[in-house]
Amino acid sequence: MKPPVFAYHDPRSVEEAVGLLGRLENTRLLAGGQSLMPMLNMRFVFPDHVIDLNRIETLAGIVQDAETIRIGAMTRQRDIADSALVRDRLPLLTEALAHVGHRQTRNRGTIGGSLCHLDPAAELVAAAANLDATIEIAGPDGVRTLSMAAFPRGFMTPAIEPDEMVTAVRMPLPQRGHGFSFMEFARRHGDFAIVSVAVLLVLAPDRRIARASITLGGVGAVPLRMVEAEALLVGHEPGAALFERAAETCRAIDALEDAQVPGWYRRQLAGVLMARALATARARAEGVST
Amino acid sequence: MSKAVADAPPRLAPGKGRVLGQPVARLEDGPLVRGRGLFAADVNFPRQLAMRVVRSQIAHGRLVSLDTAEARALPGVVAVWTAAEVSDIPPIPFRATKVRGLEPYCQPILARERVRYVGEPIAVVFAEDAYIAEDAADLVVAEIDELPVVLDAAAEPAEFLPGNSTEPTIVRKEYGDVDAAFRAAHAVIELDLSVGRHSGVPMETRGAIARYVAAHDVLELHGTAKKQHWNRDEIARLLGRPPTGVHLFEGHVGGGFGVRGELYPEDLLVCLAAMRLDRPVKWIEDRREHLVATNHSRQQRHLIRGAVDADGRLLAIDDVFFHDQGAYVRTHGARVADLAAGMLPGPYRLPAYRVAGHFRLTNKTPAATYRAPGRFETTFVRERLMDAIAVRLDLDPIELRRRNLVTEAEMPHVRPVDTLGVDVVLDSGDYIGLMDQALAQFGWDAVQRDLTARRAAGDCVGAGLAFFVEKSGLGPSDGVRISIDATGGVELVSGAASVGQGMETALAQICAEALGVDYRRIRVVRGRTDRIEFGNGAHASRVTVMSGSATYHAALAVRGMALDTAAQLLQARPEDLAIEDGQVVRAAAPGVPLIALAEVARQMGPNSPLMRGRTPGLTAERWFYSEHMTYPYGVHLALVRIDRATGEVRVEKYLVANDVGRAVNPMMVEGQMVGGFAQGLGGALFEEFRYDERGQPLSTTFADYLIPTLSEMPAVDVLIAEDAPSPLNPLGVKGAGEGGTNAVGAAIAAAVDDALRRPGAIVSLPILPRTVRRHTEEPT
Amino acid sequence: MTSVAVGDETAMRRIGVTVNGTLQAGEVSVRLTLADFLRQDLKLTGTHLGCEHGVCGACTILLDGRAVRACLLLAVQVDGHSVTTVEGLAPSATVLHPLQEAFCAHHGLQCGFCTPGMLTTLVEFLKDCPDPSAEEVRVAISGNICRCTGYDSIVEATLSAAANMRDGS
Repeated sequence: MKPPVFAYHDPRSVEEAVGLLGRLENTRLLAGGQSLMPMLNMRFVFPDHVIDLNRIETLAGIVQDAETIRIGAMTRQRDIADSALVRDRLPLLTEALAHVGHRQTRNRGTIGGSLCHLDPAAELVAAAANLDATIEIAGPDGVRTLSMAAFPRGFMTPAIEPDEMVTAVRMPLPQRGHGFSFMEFARRHGDFAIVSVAVLLVLAPDRRIARASITLGGVGAVPLRMVEAEALLVGHEPGAALFERAAETCRAIDALEDAQVPGWYRRQLAGVLMARALATARARAEGVST
Repeated sequence: MSKAVADAPPRLAPGKGRVLGQPVARLEDGPLVRGRGLFAADVNFPRQLAMRVVRSQIAHGRLVSLDTAEARALPGVVAVWTAAEVSDIPPIPFRATKVRGLEPYCQPILARERVRYVGEPIAVVFAEDAYIAEDAADLVVAEIDELPVVLDAAAEPAEFLPGNSTEPTIVRKEYGDVDAAFRAAHAVIELDLSVGRHSGVPMETRGAIARYVAAHDVLELHGTAKKQHWNRDEIARLLGRPPTGVHLFEGHVGGGFGVRGELYPEDLLVCLAAMRLDRPVKWIEDRREHLVATNHSRQQRHLIRGAVDADGRLLAIDDVFFHDQGAYVRTHGARVADLAAGMLPGPYRLPAYRVAGHFRLTNKTPAATYRAPGRFETTFVRERLMDAIAVRLDLDPIELRRRNLVTEAEMPHVRPVDTLGVDVVLDSGDYIGLMDQALAQFGWDAVQRDLTARRAAGDCVGAGLAFFVEKSGLGPSDGVRISIDATGGVELVSGAASVGQGMETALAQICAEALGVDYRRIRVVRGRTDRIEFGNGAHASRVTVMSGSATYHAALAVRGMALDTAAQLLQARPEDLAIEDGQVVRAAAPGVPLIALAEVARQMGPNSPLMRGRTPGLTAERWFYSEHMTYPYGVHLALVRIDRATGEVRVEKYLVANDVGRAVNPMMVEGQMVGGFAQGLGGALFEEFRYDERGQPLSTTFADYLIPTLSEMPAVDVLIAEDAPSPLNPLGVKGAGEGGTNAVGAAIAAAVDDALRRPGAIVSLPILPRTVRRHTEEPT
Repeated sequence: MTSVAVGDETAMRRIGVTVNGTLQAGEVSVRLTLADFLRQDLKLTGTHLGCEHGVCGACTILLDGRAVRACLLLAVQVDGHSVTTVEGLAPSATVLHPLQEAFCAHHGLQCGFCTPGMLTTLVEFLKDCPDPSAEEVRVAISGNICRCTGYDSIVEATLSAAANMRDGS
């Protein structure tokens, strides 16, 4: 389990990195290395070139503007988890991070790396999808943005070109006092989730649901925004019966099936977790608003 | 009775000693907490080559060709071998439980015409470093014609080789009139129960580093574990060298659990390469290799029938089981199947018993022993049967056990079966007494009340228990040599080995107690064939019993020699003298040192006038022999909570109660119990080597093979009992290595049944959430 | 390594890294992992490799004070940085770090293979969280697999070390 031969590049700027991407064939970007390095050690991938982004200082950092928080792609998961700003304005993200691997992997792992790896069970992918994040992508022609909804092209495949790289993720700030919950079912703490769910609820002054975002991870090839369930909730007063009805939408999911976990079980878990997360999010929304 | 007892040598006084029986700090820890240990991968020699094994990616097939040209051409590659290069080396032999007819099923060190499991070695690469070796291994191209696979040991046997079926033997044991008992039975209970494939999976993978020292004409093998002397003899035989020209060395071992230290193909390959390539050769198994190459264990399916009378008393058990041996029979022969057959009756009075263990080959990684081999499986099976009997007869499961447990008055209890070639004689025990102590410590009655209340509130919670009998102290012999040097330092040389369990501390404590020295001044040498001629190693919970007893005798002998010499020097009678903290004192005035052991040792040197005409040295070697094993026993109690919606099982509370005869170091015994439990928990709920329908292994990383982490561990309570010291050894000890693991699957299964309110729901291990979820679904 | 042009920065690199307080310089293949660099080039074999895919935690070291898996880093990546391994925890040859003391006193290890990774992880954790609850300790080292102890004694040792470190500081 030793990495295969590759050429190593450690550019100091995004421009330099994009230049390398444009010039070299069969490249892999090395961010925190918590997914790529195991894949190299296990020789699941044989890149000719590894481009290490760790020396590009401008890629890390968390900044807030009027309507969003922008997190640089190379910001360590640990720093996001510790960020008071994130905890205050994007508590769903903080809660999701508690499930991401372990202390040692969060110390090194980055948000950009996790999003680009796009494991269907990855917590940050589900959270970003649920928060309507926007991905900033640098390429030879400059920077473009892509909504998180459009970011996954397919199973573990982001919609970025070989000469492009993700530089940041921008999360719009939900209304203060919103309810949120991130839950997952994994066999062991810190493992990739079998099923995860991210929920965000905004209650109107009349206590009806003004906004609902629900995303399932681990169930489909890409994170599933549960638009039908969201539509079912908006405009109604929250309650267990309503949440159960929302959760029933999980029955129709074409869930992933693998040797360890049958599809029916994933569907059941999805429904269970969704109802629970909605209840938690509601309690939080009401706890703040009342 | 053992010879040692028959000759009535001194027995240790009962109760705790000054150091024996005390939870003293371990001697092993200093270098380990500093990262200064010497594990296999830490061993390096100048000019060493790295070995990399090319493994079959096909579960069963005809090996048509191996193209090694490209690998050989890679710069840095020194050699590439296939079976053709090692055709003179016979397959790996058995060391245990040899059964006639197993020989054709031995594993060759490199596959010849056939491959039989994914992970089987088919070629080896030797290169300048591990990176290049792996590069080269990737370049070896194997052409394999795939053959149908056998994956279910309970299916009809297939052909292994022309003339040899995949069922080389059936392990049969029987006593009493089983058929008559079933005819006369008030009730007959039948169950179909399975235990999944899992194994020891120590944190350190295997490793082997060989070098040939031409200056001394000695072949050295480093990174060894468990059974150095037997392995040395076999390596010598297979390579055509005298045993004195081969030496095995043990550094630190990162966990054994049964799987480390057996003779594997890689051990022979590094030795052979060190000789033929005339350079040191280092092989370190990687984790993915480990999960397909190192012994698996446990997988069995039992069709068990129990006959009982109207009071629930066992009349007979008739068990047919299928043992999934994997692709070859390795060093253990039929040991696990034999242990399962021999130990299944456990702690119960059983008038008639019949077992047929179908020992079957499949296209999976070969299997052998793992902590509590044959007992984790059969405790699950037997205790499931007891629970089912209780349900059928509407009896409390504890009352049912109370009626069937062998009583103290019936000890020693002869069971007319053998296992590991020795008769099963339960040597001592108060089973019912320990069960009562355990129920009290667990707070069983209060737990039951609490469960009732919680169920009323909607919780899915339950409790269960399981009784077990372990075995330990497998003979026949072990020896220890103790010497005191001229500085008063004590060296204890043992033929046993350390797998990280703390045996150095345990032997030092026994030696210190008997000799009268500080245990921290004792240097324990183990796992080295160059320091002692014979040894039987560290396995089967035998070290404290066998090597501990030998230590006791050797220490008493050295003490006697020291006192004789001191008496001569002091013009006193030896019986008036004693040794305290390394000083000879008058027994009547222990606070006044008369002469130091160091001085006594000096006076016993080869040039001392005292020694003229005698063998010099303050040193003695003693051997302990045993014809019978000693049987620790205990009970596990579990409280679980189930998440009805997900099927997840959480263990909330757990008690391991275990009578170990005498605890040499209670802190270490407790560590064995809790650590053993964690492994049992893995087998009960998490760990499983799964295969797809083509025999491709699905549990090949630590993300798929789920070892419990801290988050999955409940608080574990431990009850260490010393109520039934073994009469078979001078210390009264019974092994403590396996009782923590033995009954975990059984106890958790009982608790899950209870939580589900569905008796008999759990029929297989591991208990997966989705299985439980099926049971929690509301009936429609 | 094989087929490397002399001076090819994409294949071989000179690196300088402060390890346990001492600047170590060396030339490494770019694919050499940090764990192998420590173990092979610097002979610091206390950093153990238990899985080489980032799950078991045995190889945990401190990189600029943060606990990370050494099997998931390339040696070339730590050029200019500071690494602490288990060998660097004890203040001297005769004095142990309070965590090391506590592991000995509370039987926090058996075979000792996972111990270096436990210790390094806990050094960082106790710096961030000097007065942890048992539950916080359990979460902190849930990414370190121990196959021998069943973990209880490690939690006890950590709480004891934390108390001693608070008293000492």
